[in-house]
Amino acid sequence: MLDTILQQLIIGLTNGMVFALVALGYTMVYGILEFINFAHGDVFMLTSFLALTLVGLFDLQGASGASLAGGLCLVILTCALFGAGLNYVIDRLVYKPLRKAPKLAPLVSAIGVSFILQNLGLFWGGMPLKVFGGGNQAAAPKAFPDILPAHNLLGAGSGLTLMPKDVLVIGASLVVMAALYGVVRFSKLGKAMRATAQDPAAARLMGIDVDQVIGATFLVGGGLAGFAAVIYSLYINTIHYQMGYQNGLYAFTAAVVGGIGNIPGAVLGGLLLGLVRAYSDQFIGAQWQPAVLFGILILILIFRPSGLLGSTAREKV
Amino acid sequence: MLNVANMSASYGAIDVLKGISLRVEEGEIVTLIGANGAGKTTTLMCISGLHKPRSGQLTFLGQDIVPMAPHHIVRLGLVQSPEGRKVFPRMTVAENLEMGAYTRRDPDGVKTDYERVYSLFPVLQERKTQPAGTLSGGEQQMLAVGRAMMAKPRLLLLDEPSLGLAPLIVARIFEVIQTLNQQGTTVLLVEQNARMALRIAHRGYVLETGTVTMEGTGVELLADSRVQAAYLGE
Repeated sequence: MLDTILQQLIIGLTNGMVFALVALGYTMVYGILEFINFAHGDVFMLTSFLALTLVGLFDLQGASGASLAGGLCLVILTCALFGAGLNYVIDRLVYKPLRKAPKLAPLVSAIGVSFILQNLGLFWGGMPLKVFGGGNQAAAPKAFPDILPAHNLLGAGSGLTLMPKDVLVIGASLVVMAALYGVVRFSKLGKAMRATAQDPAAARLMGIDVDQVIGATFLVGGGLAGFAAVIYSLYINTIHYQMGYQNGLYAFTAAVVGGIGNIPGAVLGGLLLGLVRAYSDQFIGAQWQPAVLFGILILILIFRPSGLLGSTAREKV
Repeated sequence: MLNVANMSASYGAIDVLKGISLRVEEGEIVTLIGANGAGKTTTLMCISGLHKPRSGQLTFLGQDIVPMAPHHIVRLGLVQSPEGRKVFPRMTVAENLEMGAYTRRDPDGVKTDYERVYSLFPVLQERKTQPAGTLSGGEQQMLAVGRAMMAKPRLLLLDEPSLGLAPLIVARIFEVIQTLNQQGTTVLLVEQNARMALRIAHRGYVLETGTVTMEGTGVELLADSRVQAAYLGE
């Protein structure tokens, strides 16, 4: 029993880390623009196709030692840059011209971008790459090879399984989140981001180029989604052109439950979502996953409508 | 130093400013007084570039600032402490001051200016690690003025620094404005508290429903019967 509980803890944390990383992108953009970037989950999805393509290109399947580690670092770096760049370009091309438009215009455009990215994912999945399994079935889920060594770090006899990929997902996510915290808390850009989120007009009066700060926020959020795409793919071993929709919605929910606009809240919400999901799958049954998960989240929101770490009172003027 | 010529501005279909002209010379304290809704804040928003005038000229140090973005205007040394203070509530007092110095590239000068702000408003030093949202209204106003000082303004725009504050704190803030001016900062002060403003100002303008109706030295306006009747409650 204890082994089961601990095992689900590992599963919940690893999944939760992915939700948290994607949730950060939603929450940071919302914090500054009060806008839900519905295409964010699809940036995550499209980057996972890049990750798989690169794994094939670098021939990482069956690689080991230094070539695996080096290749993996290169995949992570490229994917983070790709996610960042894609998110940035979307903002400049689609959202920026709509900055002063009524709020529904960018929202509907974001949903539109989400579909366009899914279409690109479908196209990408139809390319005849060997790593896609020959891949004429554009819409079929693609197997992402298990490139990390698959052995139990706790020993073959242990009732609990802790794989190298679990350690990688949790460890690397923690490092990335700590780095994000440091940037937001201490760097000049991070302070400008917080100032802009708290009062954009006052930020402008202090000489902050708000437009530049918004661009940087999309870069950072996209980079996190790109990173999340790699670790998700390594962990789940399947990618699909529609996976951005569900994962994006889960991550968005995590951001709201944690308190939208609140960075630690997104991490808390993501981990909570991952853990609740893992335990509900174990003890109630995976067929009830969405109902149980969202039932609990709705309950949380009834008692804390601004989310767990969201401010409960309106700010004094 | 600052020249506003025949400037008009509107929000949607509503004309807020109907061709106002005013100027501020280096070294002056100039005040813009008027009732609520006269267009005082809009005037400052146009000068800072947050609202674009519909027509008219705006020059600062001989440069046309109408097409400039707000962050470029700040870099010229034209800095505003906005109405309602607008401090960053979840950032500490020290971080708020740091945001004031956002455009500066002289760390030594910034350091000196922290000391200057803290010596003028010692309470800010006591509370420097506290989130600004937890300060009292008077302390937030001090912070808002201090934050604008950190930008090392050549011309400081102050929008209603006395709004909602106790008389003792208002007196302290006006004292600081005079000190800053004596130390070389030019000031354009927007106020509803006409008496206080005219007392410290070299010159003043009266704004009524988007039009400048009177101008003169502080002393002249204080003595003017129309100003007394309308703004000084006499």
